Amino acid sequence: MSAATVLAPRRATRPRVPVALAAGTAIVAAWVVVALFWPHLAPYDPELQDPLHRFAAPGAGHWLGTDQFGRDTFSRMLAGARPVLLVAPPATALAVVAGTLVGLVAGSRGGLADEIVMRVLDALVVFPAIIAAVLFVALAGRSVTVLVLVIAGSFVPIVARSVRAATLVERERSYVEAARLRGEPSWSLMVREIFPNVVTTVLVEATSRFGDAIFAAATLSFLGLGQPPGSPDWGASVSDNRLWLQLAPWTVLAPALAIASLVVGVALAADSLRGRWEAS
Amino acid sequence: MTTAGNGGGVEGPAAGNGGTAGLSVEGLSVAYRTGRGAATAVDGVSFHVAPGETYGIVGESGCGKTTLSRALGRHLPRNGAVTGGRVRVDGVEVLDLAPADLRSWRAASLAVVHQDAGGSLDPTMRVGAQLAEIFRLRGLSRAAARAEVPRLLARVRLPDPVSIARRYPHQLSGGQQQRVVIAAALTARPRLLVLDEPTTGLDATVEREILDLIWGLRSEIGAAVVLISHDLGLVGRLCDRVGVLYAGRMAEEGPARDVLTRPRHPYTAALLAAVPRLGESRHARALTAIPGHPPVPGEQVTGCPFAPRCAFADDLCAESAPLPEAAGAEHEVRCHHVDRLPDRPVPVDVAAPSRTGPGTPVDVAAPSLAEAGTPVDVAAPSLAEAGTPPGEAVPGGPLLEVRGLTRRYGRTTVVDDVDLTIGHGEVLGLVGESGSGKTTLARAVTGLGTRGPGTIRLDGQVLPAGVGRRDARARRRVQMVFQSPDASLNPSHTVRAILARALRSLRGSSSPQELGARAGLAAHLLDSRPGRLSGGQKQRVAIARAFAGDPGLVVCDEPVSALDVSVQAGVLRLLADRQRTSGTSYLFISHDLAVVGYLADRVAVMYRGQIVEEGPAGQVLHGPHHPYTASLVAASLARLGEPGGDPGTVPPGRSGATGCRFAARCPQRIDGLCDTEDPPVRTEGSGHTIRCHLGTGDLPRGTPGAATGAAPDPAKQKEDSPA
Amino acid sequence: MRRFLLRRLAAIPLTLLAVSVLIFTATELIPGDVARTILGREAGDAAVARLRAELGLDRPIMTRYFGWLRGFVTGQWGDSTLLRVPVRDLVLTRLGDSLILGALAFALLVPVALTLGLVAGVNHDRPADRIISVAGLTLGAIPEFVTGVILLVVFAVRLRWFPASAQAPDGASPLTRLGHLLLPALSLVLLCTGYVARHVRASTVNAVESPYAQAIELRGFTRGQVVRRHVLRNSTIPATSALGVQLQFLLGGLVAVELLYNYPGVGALLLRSAVEKDLPTLQATAMVLGVLYMLIVLAADLAYRLLDPRVRLGAGAS
Repeated sequence: MSAATVLAPRRATRPRVPVALAAGTAIVAAWVVVALFWPHLAPYDPELQDPLHRFAAPGAGHWLGTDQFGRDTFSRMLAGARPVLLVAPPATALAVVAGTLVGLVAGSRGGLADEIVMRVLDALVVFPAIIAAVLFVALAGRSVTVLVLVIAGSFVPIVARSVRAATLVERERSYVEAARLRGEPSWSLMVREIFPNVVTTVLVEATSRFGDAIFAAATLSFLGLGQPPGSPDWGASVSDNRLWLQLAPWTVLAPALAIASLVVGVALAADSLRGRWEAS
Repeated sequence: MTTAGNGGGVEGPAAGNGGTAGLSVEGLSVAYRTGRGAATAVDGVSFHVAPGETYGIVGESGCGKTTLSRALGRHLPRNGAVTGGRVRVDGVEVLDLAPADLRSWRAASLAVVHQDAGGSLDPTMRVGAQLAEIFRLRGLSRAAARAEVPRLLARVRLPDPVSIARRYPHQLSGGQQQRVVIAAALTARPRLLVLDEPTTGLDATVEREILDLIWGLRSEIGAAVVLISHDLGLVGRLCDRVGVLYAGRMAEEGPARDVLTRPRHPYTAALLAAVPRLGESRHARALTAIPGHPPVPGEQVTGCPFAPRCAFADDLCAESAPLPEAAGAEHEVRCHHVDRLPDRPVPVDVAAPSRTGPGTPVDVAAPSLAEAGTPVDVAAPSLAEAGTPPGEAVPGGPLLEVRGLTRRYGRTTVVDDVDLTIGHGEVLGLVGESGSGKTTLARAVTGLGTRGPGTIRLDGQVLPAGVGRRDARARRRVQMVFQSPDASLNPSHTVRAILARALRSLRGSSSPQELGARAGLAAHLLDSRPGRLSGGQKQRVAIARAFAGDPGLVVCDEPVSALDVSVQAGVLRLLADRQRTSGTSYLFISHDLAVVGYLADRVAVMYRGQIVEEGPAGQVLHGPHHPYTASLVAASLARLGEPGGDPGTVPPGRSGATGCRFAARCPQRIDGLCDTEDPPVRTEGSGHTIRCHLGTGDLPRGTPGAATGAAPDPAKQKEDSPA
Repeated sequence: MRRFLLRRLAAIPLTLLAVSVLIFTATELIPGDVARTILGREAGDAAVARLRAELGLDRPIMTRYFGWLRGFVTGQWGDSTLLRVPVRDLVLTRLGDSLILGALAFALLVPVALTLGLVAGVNHDRPADRIISVAGLTLGAIPEFVTGVILLVVFAVRLRWFPASAQAPDGASPLTRLGHLLLPALSLVLLCTGYVARHVRASTVNAVESPYAQAIELRGFTRGQVVRRHVLRNSTIPATSALGVQLQFLLGGLVAVELLYNYPGVGALLLRSAVEKDLPTLQATAMVLGVLYMLIVLAADLAYRLLDPRVRLGAGAS
């Protein structure tokens, strides 16, 4: 508008250290490699029981010690990367695709359809996701498919709401009105005019939900609603081994720190990506 | 604080400190830290403002006005720093003050009024408490501070100060908010008053009230006043001296009258030539835009920074930066070719002298509304020329006919039973203050708004209210240019894609290149996305897009209000050119009377959802006209309070369900008639209708008060002294 | 304001109705015969049929839904099929215990998050801000049971400062109880602090850089005065809605934390009744938690509306 907007010195954009992005991506990439190739990386078979070396402390033979059955904690930690990374990415993808579709259609259509969809989504958001997850896993039994569906389902309203909000903003801008004046059909308004400008929102949602999906997958398996007991899955391992917390804290710490490192890696990378996207 | 001893020196008149009284800026330079190193935003600026004097600083966006104003209060953003020079106020070296001293100096001697008054007030605190807080800072007790507040609010002429004090900022109108901010500036006796675009964004009539207030207070407090503005007319009327800032340097500096009527720097001259005068028509003069844009702070500049845009530039200008040269009494110019600029007044209606009557040089070049008949004579023949030939081509009647159009939002009627007619090839200007229903009316015509009663006919055929129900032909015929250049183009598409899309869906026969070229867009911009374009370039794309399908009517909703004057001129000229070559009709909306008057053949004035007056541009602006139109003209022309002309002094009347909507604010209200009975629509000359109870003889005409009244106008007072 | 309240209050029963349908159908669809589950594999078919009749499982689903709904509304929540005690007493007692833990976590969360957010916002783009922002971001990403386990290992196993179980022995003093609750509360706080602090930081940056803060500083106030009198209020008001969201998270986190710290709260009850297919308990617990969630959202919205004069008094300028 006036002098203020142009001259007002561009505030030094927060120097989002590429360090965060690099570190986060490296951590995530490392775990992906582990999830894919753990059989070649693990020093022991994670299921191999060794009654003579139960609760062995971390040392030369077992870097991170052993558990109540004498299984190697380090190998189990490596093997535990796979279940989480089998659930979180498809759950995220599903939630983002479905949520974007719902949000985009509701937002760009408006009117009664939008009103109904949003009321339903509002009710779903209010409904505690954890209760839903508990209910549905109990209902459908434990399986990767159920976990993916439950996690995706609880994220759809979140994604849909933010995509819809972004869509509503774009819909009111005059370039969309100009397209309406030219008589562009509504699918063209949605796909050609609005969608390219809400892509940033979709990407931000995708990175945020990916972190949340890992969080949710780990928590559900800790609650005994994920993989069957005894699997090397991180959440389940923490849950199984917490009884021996006093005796062998490493059996709990190893999977716990594995989860922590993965989610922190995702969070760091996602945050710097968000900063970049939102700045551009 | 700790500066009790220092306080006397700070507050006392300057003489004791050996400095001069008032504001002295010497060689001030300010730079910002950026990703690409230091960027100089203000470069060696010097000027002096005596106590009681008003100094105006003008220039385009990005020339350093705001940075300069911030540096005066030593209030730069974190990445900005003063790199040289000094700022002295009544002998106090502001830049050398220790932090605690700076605070007490600010509290005692500085007052700043910013553009956005609403933003300058804490939204979560009652305004009374915010003012009381300042009194508390000055050492008053809680009770005393609270008692001072209503008195202070009364000083800025706010009615019912006690109730205002209890309100939150959002419960006040824009004008009231600005008064509160001015009140905050008056809690002390400031020695330096900085007004940074104090009225930008306010309606013309409110602007006038605020300026009137500032004018009154100026002499009362006797401070050095610095007014930053992009509005040359405003600066010309309010200021004693003017500095023209370009690329952070003072291009020209001198007495307001000299600088703005006989500019010696090509930049000043170009700025002045870009502004349409009130009453000037597009048929009389093509506006000249300044090509290009000012250098970005930090950009490497050798030679004169204006050289790339200057018509007089030569090798010398490109090589060496000009030094200040005297161009008259207290008048300095930084230009190598002061002599090349023709030494004649620039035809611009800026300063008051143009209104004092015939004989002064200004009036010869700049016929203004004050001279009865002139503008109408200029406009009338050209109107006939422009209006008829395209009209004859399609003999079937008017292009657009709106009848009984009503639009409501909830329970408020925004557009109330409006009739509107636009002929073929005609430009209809629509003016009115914000909230008058202009935009709603325009959107109803395009079919973008909400539905409601009334018929819209295009070439005699009824158009459905919603654009979705209109057929392809009707859609091709009605297009729109939107207000915000940033929102009107899809940021994800290139200019070429945007234009190609419009050509395809509007079945235009041209190519993106051709459309762009016709709108004055350089070919290399076609593959840019809107984010890389300037505001003016974006509006050119928007105009090109609107013309993709050979429209019959283009609705322009404030298309230049977000642009700098230099850019605005180019866009207005483009609109005028496209109209001339294509014979397209415009419904052109603006709050700026001069802009509407420049482009329009006929003008409709809207007030609270009704069209209160409509007729040929010259007649509407010149009168006899509706009292509301009169107040708009007065506010636009004479920005200072005139005796009896201040709408704020009209005793508020009742405004009920019936009666004239303007009755409550009308200075010529007939009690018992205007406030109870709807006014008749009467015809005043050919095609000129006015909705008013007053008889022809009683209607205001000419420029009320402004031209003849004795205004406390500095420029005018000095008019008597020989130039 | 009154209209807002009425509309929101009217929406609650409708949402709850939808939630009840959801819960009821979900629990009804649980595979396997509930009666069989309760009695075990060895029970005879006759006994199972008798129990089905006793539980009303042989009636049509709509009849059962409305019967259940009527029962829930009138406080007849039935008996737990697992523990053989009245569900209402069970759920409400557990809810009480959970609320104590939640309240402690909330009481810790608010001052910590507000302080960190303010400090980060006032010093934005400086080291303090970077540290707080990155710490909040990373801690908020880690599931509460992970931080809980780490806290346990450090403070209960290694340092032995706090007990490993959240449940204090009967008859313990309030202070001892508090000591038992501190670690679980802390893991919830660590989960939520980052998010709330982020919001407070963002609104603080807005307030600090706002034209009014600058205008006030230009009137000769110190930075501290501006922050105390103006920034504080303007940055905490928007944070109330963030707090509402986090309270929901906090409640959700109870499930994992209660399991980890062996705390007999409503979260643990929900999990156990789902796993053991204790339908009356599961339905009642889910409904109670649903109601609680909704009240929290409403309270947060209400608080925001009461605190912000722009919303409270409407946006209409005169």
